[in-house]
Order: sequence, then C-alpha cells, then structure tokens
Amino acid sequence: MLAPAALVAALLLAWELAARWDVLADLLSVKDYLIPAPSQIAEALWEERELLAEDAWVTLREVLLGFALAAIAGMGLAVAMHLSEPVRRALYPLLVASQTVPIVVLAPVLVVWFGFGIVPKLLIIALICFFPIAVNAYDGLRSVDPELVKMMRTLGADRRQILRGAELPWSLPYFFSGAKVAIAVAVIGAVFGEWAGADSGLGHLILVSSGELSTSLTFAAIFVLSLIAIALFGLLSLVERRVVNWREDPAR
Amino acid sequence: MLRTRSPRAEPPTTEASRRAGGAVELRGVGHDFGDLRALDGVDLSVPAGEVLGMVGPSGCGKSTLLEIVAGLRASSRGTVSIGLPRAAGARLPACALMPQRDLLLPWLSALDNAALAPRLAGLSRAEARARAHPVFERMGLAGFERARPGELSGGMRQRVAFLRTLMADKPVLLLDEPFASLDAITRAEMQTWLAGVLAGDRHTVLLVTHDVEEALYLSDRVAVMTPRPGRIAETLGVPAPRAGDRAAAVSSREFALLREHALRVLAGEER
Repeated sequence: MLAPAALVAALLLAWELAARWDVLADLLSVKDYLIPAPSQIAEALWEERELLAEDAWVTLREVLLGFALAAIAGMGLAVAMHLSEPVRRALYPLLVASQTVPIVVLAPVLVVWFGFGIVPKLLIIALICFFPIAVNAYDGLRSVDPELVKMMRTLGADRRQILRGAELPWSLPYFFSGAKVAIAVAVIGAVFGEWAGADSGLGHLILVSSGELSTSLTFAAIFVLSLIAIALFGLLSLVERRVVNWREDPAR
Repeated sequence: MLRTRSPRAEPPTTEASRRAGGAVELRGVGHDFGDLRALDGVDLSVPAGEVLGMVGPSGCGKSTLLEIVAGLRASSRGTVSIGLPRAAGARLPACALMPQRDLLLPWLSALDNAALAPRLAGLSRAEARARAHPVFERMGLAGFERARPGELSGGMRQRVAFLRTLMADKPVLLLDEPFASLDAITRAEMQTWLAGVLAGDRHTVLLVTHDVEEALYLSDRVAVMTPRPGRIAETLGVPAPRAGDRAAAVSSREFALLREHALRVLAGEER
C-alpha cells in the first residue's frame, strides 16, 4: 500500500512542478489549458463540486442500472446455455459476435433509435458488461465437479436442485470474476453513451468542458469518473467476500 | 440455495438402519470404454443386509462397477437388479453412493451437508437439521454443527460424508474407497468407527477398497477382483467380521492367513 502511494505522490509533485514552475513549464511548453496542475484540478473539484456531484449521480445511475441489466441477462444466458446444448450452440457464436461490433459505432445508432434519454446509455453499458459476466458464469457452471453432480443424483436431487444446490453456488466465484471486469469497463461504456448524445453526466461534462478549454474541469471530471469505477470495484469485491465466504484462501 | 420439492406423502424414516436392505444381484455385468474392456462377466449375489467388500488392483473397474450398481451408468452387458423388501424398484432410488472424495459442499455447514438428502427430499432446513442432528452427535461430531467443511479434519469430513450417505435413507449403501485419502492412524480409527456403525445396521453394503485388511475387517464376505478387465476371481468368507477389538482381530493368525490368501489371489497366483 505504501509503495504505490509514494509513487503517486512523487508523480503528482513532478506534475505540479512541471505545470507551475514557470522555468520548467516554459522549457517543456506546458500551458495551463493543456495540462492543468494537480492543485488547479483540486481547485476545480472544489469549486464545481455541485455540478460534478450532479453529473456524477447521472453517470453512476446509468452504470448501476446498466450493470444490473447485464448481470441478470448474463447470468440468465449462462444458465440457459448450460442447461440446453441447442441453446448454447445457437447463442454462443452470437455472444462472441456481439463483442466484435465497436461500441463507438453502435452508440450513435442507439441514440437515433432511443433518443437522448437513459435507455441508449443503459444498452451500451449492458452490452459491454454482459460479455464477461455471461462467459465467466457459463464457464463456472460447466466447471462443476461431475462427481459432485453424481453424488447429488444418488441423494435424490432432480435437475433443478442440482442447479440451485450445486452448480449455481459453485459458479458464484466465476460470476464475480466476470462482474468485476464488467464493472470496471461499465464506466467507459457510460462515457461512450454520453458522448453519443446526452445533456448531463460526467461524459457529457468532459466533452463540453474540453470544448471550452476549461481543462481543469475536464480533469476533475475524469478524476471523479475513475473514483466511481474504483469505488464500484471495491464494493463488488466486498460483496464477493461476503457472499463467497467459504473459500479457504480468499484473495485478500 | 436448495429449492424444496413438495414433501413426499410418506417422509423417509430417520433411521434407515431399521429398514432391511435390498439384495443386490449382478448377472454377467460387463462394461467397455470404447475399445477398452473395463469389466467382464461380473456375477455377484449380495443378500439383503450383507456387507460385501470388494478388493482389486487399481484400474480394475471397481468404481465403474459401483456406478453401474447405483444406476448412474448403464452397463455395456449384463443385468443388475435390486430386490427390495416390498417392490423391485429402479436402482437410483435404492442406492446411496459415498464417493472416494468426500465432496462436501463447501458453502454448507457440516450439519447441513449431513442433512442434504432430507433437504432434497423436500423437508425445510430446520426439519432436515433436526433429523440429522441426533445421528450427527452419535457419530462424534457434536460441536461441529456450524463448521464449514474446510475447517474439519479429514476423518471428520469422511464421517460427515458417510452420515450424508446414511441420511439418504436408501437400503443399499455403496462405499467407494471411503478412507483412501486418510493417513494410516485415522484410517484405522475410521474402520473401527464404521465397524461399530455397521454392527447395529441392516443396510446392504458394497464396500470397494484397495486395502485388503480393511475389506477383511469390515465385510462379511470379500470379493477379490482381477486386473482389467475386472472380474470376480474369488469370494472369501470372513469368519468374524467387525470385531470390537480391531487390533486383536487383524493380528490374529486366522486373519493373517486370510489376508495372505487374498493377496495371492490378487497377485494372480491362485486363479
């Protein structure tokens, strides 16, 4: 914990010097409106805190709803593919194909279809998050020890009980691995969605503020955005530790 | 996480041991894995309530045979039938298999693992626990009800796994190398313990093991199997199965002679 903190502090100090100390700034041709100093970003964070909080809430809501949508759909698809070979053969290639469509290209189309509201953002986020969740959960369901299933069968379990009593709990750690990847990229999806057409949100703020050359506000928005991503990732790890509490060697 | 089914009209009795076991009949059972002949012409007749030990070299198809008897696997040739006291039933509902590894569910407590079968049969968690608890205590597991399998010792895990098999309330118990993963001292303890459990019990038991001594100590009869393709080379009667004093029993002259004989049959010297 100490080493990365020291590294970040050193980098911030170097950055501050490069931007603020005129001699060095001139030498490196660093301009305020190109790269604001960390202290200027902090100033923007404080002065624009209400605007940032408002936009952060918009983006956070998009991310949470889009992620929830992806988690439900991803888990549902994983179970469907696990239970039915024809479903798996029909859907797995489509699942992979869905990831080859560049989101950047898809975003404006979704805005044309669904307008400037929250729907296209949710769809974009869900589309990005869906893949790691579905693939990981499906692998988890498939990786269940076949001996375990045999044991359950001799104890009188039917297909549904095997799924609920053995396969789903078994696949939970896999699901969480996928979900953690998903939540980290969900924020990127929200920004894409807002760039394609929005009137609020941190992505929108980044676009507008950089257009106005208020770069310190842009950086402040980026800072809040990554803070959201880190917080959500941490939260999910916490939930994982509470839910998957049987692992003998939890990653601490 | 377990979804309960509507309870059976007649819930299973707590003490399966009160119920007579079913006789197991194997006629010419053979099994192939592709071109590999794993089992060939296995004839076996196990009367109700008998403990039959089965020893054989690794890879002789012992586990496959148990899976066939359990109804988990269809045999390539031959027939298996289990005569129940009342009616001839399908095999899967008649047999409970205890696998080689304990396969306890890591997310359930020890007691919930033991109570898995009644839970699957549709009882509520509280009812299932209440049913398993008296036996749980009698097996020397009191105090570990809430422990997760990861916190239990190897011997305790095997006991929980055995209790889970017992709680399935099936007339036939199929034990697949139940103590193979334990160290020698714990294994001896567990054999004494299992002998005590089986002594007051009327289950029909098929006990597969590669340990001749374990088979001779625990079983009424011991079937010695040949290397692949597995078949029964000879069936030995055991004069005094499950004696109270294990150390004295296994070191007796009679036991030693029987063990030597079984080992010679295993080695293929007397066939």
